[in-house]
Amino acid sequence: MSDVVLSLHQLHKRFGALQATNDVSLELHQGEIHALIGPNGAGKSTLIGQIAGNIRPDEGSVFLAGTDITRMSIAQRARLGLGRSFQVSSLAEPLSVMRNVMMGVQALQSHSFRFWKPVARDKELLEPAYEALERMQLSHRAWTPVSELSHGERRQVEVACALALKPRALLLDEPMAGLGPEGSAKLTELLEALKAEVPILLIEHDMEAVFRLADRISVLVSGSVIAQGDSHAIKQDPRVREAYLGNDDA
Amino acid sequence: MTNPTSSGVAEASLAPSADSHFSRKGLVQLTLLGLLLLLPVTAYFLGHIYYVNLASRITIIAMAAVGLNLAIGYGGMVSFGHAAYFGLGGYVAGISAYHAFDFTPFMTWPFSVPGSDNLLVVWLAAAVLCGLLALAIGAISLRTTGVYFIMITLAFAQMIYYFANSWPTYGGEDGLPIYLRNGLPLVDTTNTLSYFLICFAGLVLAMAITSRLMKSRFGAALTMARLNDVRLATAGISPYPIRLIAFVISAVITGLAGALYADLNGFVSPTMLSWHFSGELMVIVILGGVGRLYGPLAGAILFVMMETLLGGITQYWQLFLGLVLLGVVLFAKHGVMGWLAGRERNE
Repeated sequence: MSDVVLSLHQLHKRFGALQATNDVSLELHQGEIHALIGPNGAGKSTLIGQIAGNIRPDEGSVFLAGTDITRMSIAQRARLGLGRSFQVSSLAEPLSVMRNVMMGVQALQSHSFRFWKPVARDKELLEPAYEALERMQLSHRAWTPVSELSHGERRQVEVACALALKPRALLLDEPMAGLGPEGSAKLTELLEALKAEVPILLIEHDMEAVFRLADRISVLVSGSVIAQGDSHAIKQDPRVREAYLGNDDA
Repeated sequence: MTNPTSSGVAEASLAPSADSHFSRKGLVQLTLLGLLLLLPVTAYFLGHIYYVNLASRITIIAMAAVGLNLAIGYGGMVSFGHAAYFGLGGYVAGISAYHAFDFTPFMTWPFSVPGSDNLLVVWLAAAVLCGLLALAIGAISLRTTGVYFIMITLAFAQMIYYFANSWPTYGGEDGLPIYLRNGLPLVDTTNTLSYFLICFAGLVLAMAITSRLMKSRFGAALTMARLNDVRLATAGISPYPIRLIAFVISAVITGLAGALYADLNGFVSPTMLSWHFSGELMVIVILGGVGRLYGPLAGAILFVMMETLLGGITQYWQLFLGLVLLGVVLFAKHGVMGWLAGRERNE
């Protein structure tokens, strides 16, 4: 299929006796939000690590827009268009929001071995970064240090950083983590507006957000994908109900 | 507005709120630099040559610390081996002068390299050799972080120290005298004030380069490598080459200071390569304020003045240095510059 942006092909990863990823294949298509859910210890973090580049799979491959990125570094993947956010915000706190977001623009435009021109007045850097911030409705905070932002705003900055890369695919690791209902609703809205442009692989615990946002859902249990389908199918799937959605009918 | 892409709002928010008015920080910086320039000039015309040389010493040590500050303060690379570059720069000056004085070549195979008593040649050679040495040491050391990085940079510097100690051609542990200070065309470098002014120009240039560098794209990437290298990699920039180039630039600045130091003293010895000196440079950077542009200068002034004034009274002057360092670390985390000029705000 031509509209597959990100695909995982039969990934395996083993830590000693623990099979953390067991034959996982999944695809992210243009224009969709694909949610990955699973109980704690299902191997979500290991899987994200293999997509993002900090963990090498034992077997299998990862493709981004048709390119095999399995052996590439984190930075190479980012330059090819993989944007990601972290479960725990990973930003440079003393720096302004703008300086955090500008990093992605800089990587995209050229190498960083430019030693002379000051960045503070570099419109080539500032304007795309500002645009990414506007998309996340954060432009009014551009010159505020990240350390002065609320938790919810930081989550938005994370996504803006990823957007600055003009990514082909977004990998969002629990973007709603720690957000109240209001912040969660706002971010849900922002992500919904994004998906037409950038497909999103969403790892999320907030089920309300998942069912509202996701076009397709994959359920990971003990390292394997046990079910895949739209939210309706997943809600009905007996294996998922047993493994994940609660044993309350047992 | 004719340009639709830059509306008034965007224009306003595209720049941080600048405080261009003359600030306390600016005043402190100008005072430090002004005193460093004016006091030796005054001393020279009053006939106190000793104080001019003392100022040259402060200036050179400050320049060496400017180099180290680029690695530690701006790059987050705690190098405990910068004496290696300081000493190598010194030995380049010494060895070059030695061969120029003797009319013997430094090497004959595969090509002949003569000595030179021209400072420009000496500085170029010192910069290139220190850069290459730092490239090799950095390429290996930067694969480690934290305490391991500190120890591996120390280990490399100690290797060079013992090598210089045991190589008899250039004096071994006794060191190597420079009988006549290396010269410049049109300038009498043996004149105390001229030489001070050369050192002063070197320091100002090193600080200007650091300042400009840290405002550039490279500086932005280096800052991010220090604060959060995962963020940098996720943004698509590999931290390793950024750090390595910064490490090399840092070493070149310290190495050039070493070359100036050898010519100031007319002498180079393994002491310049020893870990004591690496430690002193670190102390100076911390005293002055880590990652502050004027920190190394403030630190060097404080350090050399204590060494000179207290060292004249008691040989245990380092006890007081220790107390001051303790005070700075405990009560003035941002060093003398943080205390004098206030905290620095990032943008």
